[in-house]
Amino acid sequence: MSKSNKEVDVKKVTEPVRGETTAALLRELVAHLRQNRTQLRQEWARRITEAKLLTAMSQEEIFAEATAVYDNYVEALETGTFEALQGYARNLSERIIPRGVETHEVVGIVLLLRDVLARSLFAKYQHDFALLNRILDAYEPAANRIANTVAVGFVQERERTIRQQQEAIRELSTPVLQVRERLLILPIIGVIDPQRSRQLTEQLLRGIRTNRAKVVVIDITGVAAMDSNVANGLVQTVEASRLLGATVIVTGLSPEIAQTLVTIGVDLTKMNTVGDLQGGIEEAERLLGVKAVPLSLIEPQTKS
Amino acid sequence: MDGEIRVPIDSDADIVIARQQGRALAERLGFSATDQTIIATAISEVARNIIKFAKRGEIVLNKVMKNPEHGIAVTARDQGPGIADIQLALQDGYSTGNGLGMGLPGCKRLMDELEIKSSKGNGTIVTMKKWTM
Amino acid sequence: MEVPILKQGDFLIATFQAALTDEDLLQLQDALVARVGKFRSHGVIVDVTALDVMDSFAARTLRALAHMVRLRGAETVIVGIQPEVAFAMVQLGLSLEGVPTALDLEEGLAQLMKASERKGATFRGR
Repeated sequence: MSKSNKEVDVKKVTEPVRGETTAALLRELVAHLRQNRTQLRQEWARRITEAKLLTAMSQEEIFAEATAVYDNYVEALETGTFEALQGYARNLSERIIPRGVETHEVVGIVLLLRDVLARSLFAKYQHDFALLNRILDAYEPAANRIANTVAVGFVQERERTIRQQQEAIRELSTPVLQVRERLLILPIIGVIDPQRSRQLTEQLLRGIRTNRAKVVVIDITGVAAMDSNVANGLVQTVEASRLLGATVIVTGLSPEIAQTLVTIGVDLTKMNTVGDLQGGIEEAERLLGVKAVPLSLIEPQTKS
Repeated sequence: MDGEIRVPIDSDADIVIARQQGRALAERLGFSATDQTIIATAISEVARNIIKFAKRGEIVLNKVMKNPEHGIAVTARDQGPGIADIQLALQDGYSTGNGLGMGLPGCKRLMDELEIKSSKGNGTIVTMKKWTM
Repeated sequence: MEVPILKQGDFLIATFQAALTDEDLLQLQDALVARVGKFRSHGVIVDVTALDVMDSFAARTLRALAHMVRLRGAETVIVGIQPEVAFAMVQLGLSLEGVPTALDLEEGLAQLMKASERKGATFRGR
């Protein structure tokens, strides 16, 4: 079907008078699909296997899913509402994504169903070419929307899964280390985006509370670049830590990052910076040494 | 599932009620503890603006959908004097009250979306949204 | 709901409840400033562990409180700010600059004791 033809079709469908006919045609269509349910979904399952799609699943599983999708498909055609199908698509995706089913497979099976159904319509109405055309005109937009719904549902679910995995990896990638009592070290390595920056801060704040930390050394030697968003995030981390009662020492600021901080007007006097991690830990211990021994100045303790 | 929640804002005690309701809804919607606090803080700020500038108004809380995410929408509505220059009101450090100027720009940082509808003399509607992801 | 103020030696301790109205806060501010003079206290601890939101008004009031207490010759330490609350505060742009903070009551008391020990030395927020 050429593009110009399609445009005409869309107009036809949206015409109110034609809308009546479309509804009637869809009803006839649905009746046909219900009548031939057994045969058509068998045919579809066969074509799926033949096309080597969903290879991660067994024949029985494919047939069971095919039946469910088929029924949802017919229902969407009948009611013109896609919520149930959408819900099913998301649920299906949730189940098959962990088994390694790929996007092209999902798109493939939906297109196959569309093809199987179109062929059966063709076989039924081939004697009346005008009627066949009208039936297909009614079928196609609905079928396209169904295919779209299922495919989009799958892709969204996949993206969500990937995001979750990324988050889990991030959580692992920056540990909050307790080096000694009341001293935490947070070595940051790699690229920091606003999302990671936020996660780091939350992790650190929880760490301060659970470990009763008084001093935190944030080492950013492994951070290559820092834009103003991330720099502001770092300042917020320092401020939030102070609100909890902990002093932050930032170490490993590269000349480039230092320049960024100055350029965007970060008040470095608020930030306790020391050249390298070793120096940072020494400074931290000095702070702790003075502050961790209240009232015991009289006792002859020898702690440097 | 979660219908609209309306909290009339008439005195400073209502600010507390509004943010408690907001936190409870955020929790039901699956927001993290940090996000619940962020949402409650933003609600506190906009509710405070109502008291400060309009004396009374309301906070409306809703669940919103944006496939595949969902979120919370907070609407602060009043019939007060309105905001003459919305751009200015969203600038950091700007404040007409005796505040620190953290109100609206701060809320914008706390939430994912913030929209103001207002004109001088016609009241103000501030709508803020935050998504679960 | 009035905030209870406890007198512990040279120090005053005020413990916040979860839901605090603006009026409660202002009342607390007045009460603390008055009592610092009355008891000649050296320090004030404001325990906000139970507070689930600190907005601009609360932060401003606490800051003002700390400054007034300082003008009356005592120090204030805010203790127990929750991680989530701190996170929301800095996002909002509130950092309680110049007001000393500590993890909890115990830490706050230790900090005040040290401060009152080295009399004359200036004690201010890090």
